[in-house]
Amino acid sequence: MNTNIQPQKLHSKNIGDFIFKNLTLFFAIFILIIIVLMVYEMYSSSAVSREKFGLSFLTQSVWDPVQEEYGALPFIYGTLVSSFLALLIALPLSIGIAIFLSEIAPRWLEKPLSFFIELLAGIPSIVYGLWGFFVMVPWLRENVQPFLIENFGNIPLFTGAPYGVGMLAAGIILSIMILPIISSISRDVLKTVPRAQKEAALALGSTRWQATKIALSYSRSGIIGAIILGLGRAFGETMAVTMVIGNRPTISASLLEPAYTMASVIANEFTEATSEMYLSALIEIALVLFVIALIINSFARLLVWSVTKHSDVQGKM
Amino acid sequence: MKKNLIFLAATFLFMQCSFAQLQLNGAGATFPYVLYSKWFDVYQKKTGIQFNYQSIGSGGGIKQVIEGTVDFGATDGPMNDTQLAEAKTKQGTDILHIPTVLGAVVVTYNLKENISDIKLSPEVLAKIFLGKITKWNDNAIVELNKDKVLPNKPIVVVHRSDGSGTTYIFVDYLCKVNEEWNTKVGKGTSVSWPVGLGGKGNEGVAGQIKQIDGAIGYVELAYAVKNKLNYASMKNKAGNFIKPSLESVTTAALNESKNMPSDFRVSITNADGKDSYPISGYTWLLVRKEFKDEKKGKALVEFLHWAVNDGENYAAELLYAPLPKKVSELCEKAIKTISYPGKK
Repeated sequence: MNTNIQPQKLHSKNIGDFIFKNLTLFFAIFILIIIVLMVYEMYSSSAVSREKFGLSFLTQSVWDPVQEEYGALPFIYGTLVSSFLALLIALPLSIGIAIFLSEIAPRWLEKPLSFFIELLAGIPSIVYGLWGFFVMVPWLRENVQPFLIENFGNIPLFTGAPYGVGMLAAGIILSIMILPIISSISRDVLKTVPRAQKEAALALGSTRWQATKIALSYSRSGIIGAIILGLGRAFGETMAVTMVIGNRPTISASLLEPAYTMASVIANEFTEATSEMYLSALIEIALVLFVIALIINSFARLLVWSVTKHSDVQGKM
Repeated sequence: MKKNLIFLAATFLFMQCSFAQLQLNGAGATFPYVLYSKWFDVYQKKTGIQFNYQSIGSGGGIKQVIEGTVDFGATDGPMNDTQLAEAKTKQGTDILHIPTVLGAVVVTYNLKENISDIKLSPEVLAKIFLGKITKWNDNAIVELNKDKVLPNKPIVVVHRSDGSGTTYIFVDYLCKVNEEWNTKVGKGTSVSWPVGLGGKGNEGVAGQIKQIDGAIGYVELAYAVKNKLNYASMKNKAGNFIKPSLESVTTAALNESKNMPSDFRVSITNADGKDSYPISGYTWLLVRKEFKDEKKGKALVEFLHWAVNDGENYAAELLYAPLPKKVSELCEKAIKTISYPGKK
């Protein structure tokens, strides 16, 4: 009898733990279920378009709802180029901000600055879009683009007419939108670098810049994570981009020419897509966007993994 | 505790039943949304019947009608035969198109020289949107506007980037007046534009036109009037230059009403008649021909009667062109054919 009581007691004591464990497990699995369902839904709803176009969907650049000819290449190009352009602009700025906030700024400045950066992250994208459309685009058209055309017009990157809207405008607006994400996460990561590391570096006679470099290499994987999050936002951004990119499905080397992104075309055309093929093609674009985001994320994971594996940060110190 | 809950649930159900008002659910076109909201509001005050209308776009409206998830739909472009057949197999009834009001599309432009009331012909308009005419002082445009000095400026074409009934009416017109457009581009709620920048919504197009010197594009008449945009007079089929207005649109509809097919699926772009504005079109409500639900069928039929008669009086103040009397009468006849259980 006595031996029986013991496990029962134990069991009744742990029932809460048991529920808690499984409940959280369920929540975690729930995420997976949602993703699997989403992929399944996109895959099955895009069947008509996948069967008709096959892989040529990814390589064709005609998008003609009247003739029911669909190719996603200009949209893929637009999404990738605008996002990487944004990253190109935002990355040095964000890292600079993060270094300043975590290493250099005095306390009284750091707090309000951080607050404002986080505030930037909370601004709805439509507000960025409106600002971009009414303030930034005219400024680009009247000041920046004529200058670029005049001085660098022989480089293919800057040929064309100064429309204002276009790839350049999209890249700039996206860079402003991803800047707070990258800088605030990078700052947090930099702050986790143990004080002892920095102090040790300084004690060994490093300059401030050298000490910062050590901190940066210590938090490399975290910063790459921040970049990926920023890039993810740039990929998926819809409203602000569609307002400034010119919405023209063409592939052009020039940054001044209008372009189009995957998220924008879905938002623009989904409501009036009546035919089955049309709808299916738009859903396939969503699928492609998902897959590309997945590839970029996996690539980033690999990068983080290889960075942490090959560079023994502690050893370098 | 349990008892309480059951009691609560029962009370709740009871309340739901006793206070339940008849609600009609609809979805579709965004263009007539302002007018429909007004109608539903006025009609609810009159009769107590509630309407729930979601302006999700014509495409979505048609889809929901086919699936039978709404009591009525609304669209700026008529359903095609395939869609009607699909609705018939899924819902077991024909779908009627009931025209409610008319909309017009105007060609709006921006020239810093402040040149107002430019005249355009169908050929010139099509060539501009095909990218064949690229300068404002092109001979073809100068020819039509001899009284004005047109600048040597590139034309920047702006079109809608989102699928829309406005685009449909505009390109339907271009298809009728220009063979090259018809074969190369065609018509639809979105098309593959030969040239130009895309703006989202009327405001997106108008915004870009306002900013770019030398831009040209198209927006809804109501939007252009409200925002005091410059717009062009169009040469109509009879050869007259007509300024877009509610009257010239209703006139176009009246002149075309002699050709009105019994199912109302008609395009009135490039209309006959010397005072007709040529780029306009109907917007329709989509309703079942046979209702299974007596209450809903009866309520909707009564509403439609009211809409095409009294309802038309609200159109002009909201900048929609009302139906010509003759078309209202044709609608009346069609509405009478809608059947529901218990109809006399």
